[in-house]
Amino acid sequence: MTEKVSLLHARDLSCYRGEVCLFENLGFELSAGEALQVEGANGAGKTSLLRIIAGMTPPDEGDVLWRGESIQDRRSDFNAQLAYLGHHLGLKHELTVEENLRASVVIQGAADSLGRLTDILRQVGLSERADLPVRVLSAGQKQRVALARMLLIGAVLWVLDEPFTALDAGGIGLISDLVGHHLDRGGLAVMTSHQAIPLGSRLRRLEL
Amino acid sequence: MWNMIWLFFHKLASPKHFYRISGLLIPWLAAITAILLVLGLYLGLFVAPPDYQQGESYRIIFVHVPSAWMSMFIYTFMAVLSAIYLIWNIKLADVMARSSAVLGASFTLLALATGSLWGKPMWGAWWVWDARLTSELILLFLYMGYIALVMAIEDVRTAARAGAVLILVGVVNIPIIHYSVEWWNTLHQGPTVTKLDKPSIHLSMLVPLLLMAGAFQFYYFTVVLMRARAELLDRERRSEWVRELMGR
Amino acid sequence: MSSGWQAFIALVKRDLLLAFRHRGELLNPLLFFMMVVTLFPLGVSPESSLLRTMAPGVIWIAALLAGLFSLESIFRSDFDDGALEQMVLSPHPLSLLVLAKVLAHWLVTGLPMLLMAPLLGMFLSLPAPGLVAMELTLLIGTPLLSLVGSIGVALTVGLRRGGVLLTLLVLPLYIPVLIFSTNAVSVAVAGLPIDGQVYFLLALLALAITLAPFATAAALRISLS
Repeated sequence: MTEKVSLLHARDLSCYRGEVCLFENLGFELSAGEALQVEGANGAGKTSLLRIIAGMTPPDEGDVLWRGESIQDRRSDFNAQLAYLGHHLGLKHELTVEENLRASVVIQGAADSLGRLTDILRQVGLSERADLPVRVLSAGQKQRVALARMLLIGAVLWVLDEPFTALDAGGIGLISDLVGHHLDRGGLAVMTSHQAIPLGSRLRRLEL
Repeated sequence: MWNMIWLFFHKLASPKHFYRISGLLIPWLAAITAILLVLGLYLGLFVAPPDYQQGESYRIIFVHVPSAWMSMFIYTFMAVLSAIYLIWNIKLADVMARSSAVLGASFTLLALATGSLWGKPMWGAWWVWDARLTSELILLFLYMGYIALVMAIEDVRTAARAGAVLILVGVVNIPIIHYSVEWWNTLHQGPTVTKLDKPSIHLSMLVPLLLMAGAFQFYYFTVVLMRARAELLDRERRSEWVRELMGR
Repeated sequence: MSSGWQAFIALVKRDLLLAFRHRGELLNPLLFFMMVVTLFPLGVSPESSLLRTMAPGVIWIAALLAGLFSLESIFRSDFDDGALEQMVLSPHPLSLLVLAKVLAHWLVTGLPMLLMAPLLGMFLSLPAPGLVAMELTLLIGTPLLSLVGSIGVALTVGLRRGGVLLTLLVLPLYIPVLIFSTNAVSVAVAGLPIDGQVYFLLALLALAITLAPFATAAALRISLS
C-alpha cells in the first residue's frame, strides 16, 4: 500500500455571482493518479469552480493549495504544472495547426517537447491536418488540436471544462484514454462533463 | 502595541463595526463642518479686507482654493484606499474609494466653476488656458474615467479591482501631467502671474482660507461616510447583520 | 537562451504572422492617420504659414488617435478565442508576454505611421528640421503611447462597448507625450535644440517600459476573472 499524498487541495471555497451564491464552503483533496468529475446543472458554477482551481478567478473565500502552497502565491510554479482547456480553445484561426501548437507550446514554457509534435499529432488523429489553418477544421478537430497542446505541455494537473463537447464517439474514447494514461503516470485531472467517464475507482465525483 | 492597532483597524474594517462606528461619528463630523463653515464664511466675506488689486471679487478664493485642494486630496486618498484594497483585499477600502469618486469629481467641478467665475473679472474671459485650471480639467477627466469604468463593469469585485488599478495608474501619472502642463503653460503664455499662489498672504485672509479648507475636509468626511454606509447596506443586503438591522 | 525570452520571441512572431495573414487590415490605421490630417487644411485653411504652425499638433493628434483606435484590438481576439487565458496560465511572467504583444503591435501599426509622417509633414508645409524632430518624437512617443494605452485596453477588454470608455481612460494619460513631442517639433522648426524634450520623452519611455507591463498584466487578470 502506498500512502496517497494529496497534491491539490481546495479549502472552504465560496463563489458568488452578484446576488447568487454558487457554492459555499466547498472543499476537496485530490492525489496523484486521481480525477475529479464536477457535476451539476447549468449555472451551478462548474466553470467558475474550474477557473478558481486554475487560478484565473480568485475565490470570494477560501483558497486552493497545490503541493501545500497557495496557488496565488506560487503562480509561476503552479502554472508550469497546469494545463487548462476551457470553452474557448485559445487557437488562432488564421494559423495552421502546427503553427498554433508551436507558438503556444513555447509560450507555455514547454519548448523541449516540440520534438514529440508529430507523434502527438498522430495520437490525436491530426497528422494529415498539420498544415491546414485551424479555421477550416470542424469543431471536433479543433478540440483535438487543443488536446494535442495539452499533451505537449506535459502538465501534471489537467483542468478540463466540458472536454467532450463537439466530439464524436472516437473523440470521446480518445479523451477517456488520454485521461486514463495521464492518471497512470501519476497525473491529476479535474473535469466537468455530463458524460460518464470510465475511469473506475480513480474517478471521484463532486456534485454542485 | 502595533498588534492592538492592527486589531482595531481589522475590527473597524468589518462592515458591521464600520457601520456602527461611522453612524456615531457622522453627527459630530457634520457639526464640526457647520461650525467651520459658518466661521470661515463670516471671516471670509465680512471680516477679511478687500484686496487692493482685485477688490471684492478675490473672495471666491475661499471656495476655489479649498475645492482645488480637496480635488487633489481625494484622488490621493483614493489611491491609498485602492492600494489597501489590492494588497489586503479589504472590501471597505473599495467602498470608501468608490464613494469618494463622485465627491472628488464634484470638488473638481466646483474648483473649475469658481476658477472660471473668478477669471471673468481677472482676465476678461470665462475660460483661459491657465496651468492650474487646465490641470484641474484633466483631473476631472481622470475622475470621470474612474466613475465610467466602475459603472460599466457589472460584477462588483471586478469593478473594484479594475478601478483600483486605474486610480493607481492615474496617481503615478498626475505629477507627470501636472509638470507637463505647467511647462507647456509657461512656454505658451509667458510666465503668467498666477494669483492663486501668492507668496505671502495676509493673516486676515489666511485664517478664513484655512477655516474653509477645514470645513470642506470635514464635509468630505461626513458625506463620504454617509455614502459608504449606503453602499455597504446595498452590497451586504444578504448578510445577517443587515437583515437584523432592517428587521428592527 | 532562457525560456522566458523564447516565449517572448514566439509570441512576437505569432502576432506578426497573424498580422501578415490579415495584411489587408494593416492599412486601416494608416489611412485613418492620413485622412484626419487631410481634414485640417480643408476645415481650417490651406494657407501654408498657418498649416506650418499647426502641423506638429495636427500630425501628433492624428497619430495619437490612429494609434489608440488600432490599439483597441490588441487583446480583443486573444480575449475572444481564449488565447489570453492560455497566456495568463503560462509559467512566464505575464508582464513579459504583455511586452511582447505591445512590441508586435507597435511594429505593425506604430512603425508604418513613422514612415508615413514625412509625407504628411510635407502636406502641411513642415520644413525639414521639423520633419526630423517629428520622426524622432514619433519613434520615442508611439511605443510610449502603446504601453500606456495597453493598460486601458486591458481594463476594458471584457466590456462589450469599451471603445469610447477606452478613450476616456487613456487620453488624459497621453497629454504629457503630446505636449513634449509637439513642442519639440515646433522648437526644431525654429532652429533651436530639442535635447531637453527628447530626454524627457526618453525618461517617460523608460518609466513606461518598467511599469506599464505590470499594470497591464494586473488589469488583464482582473478582466479575465
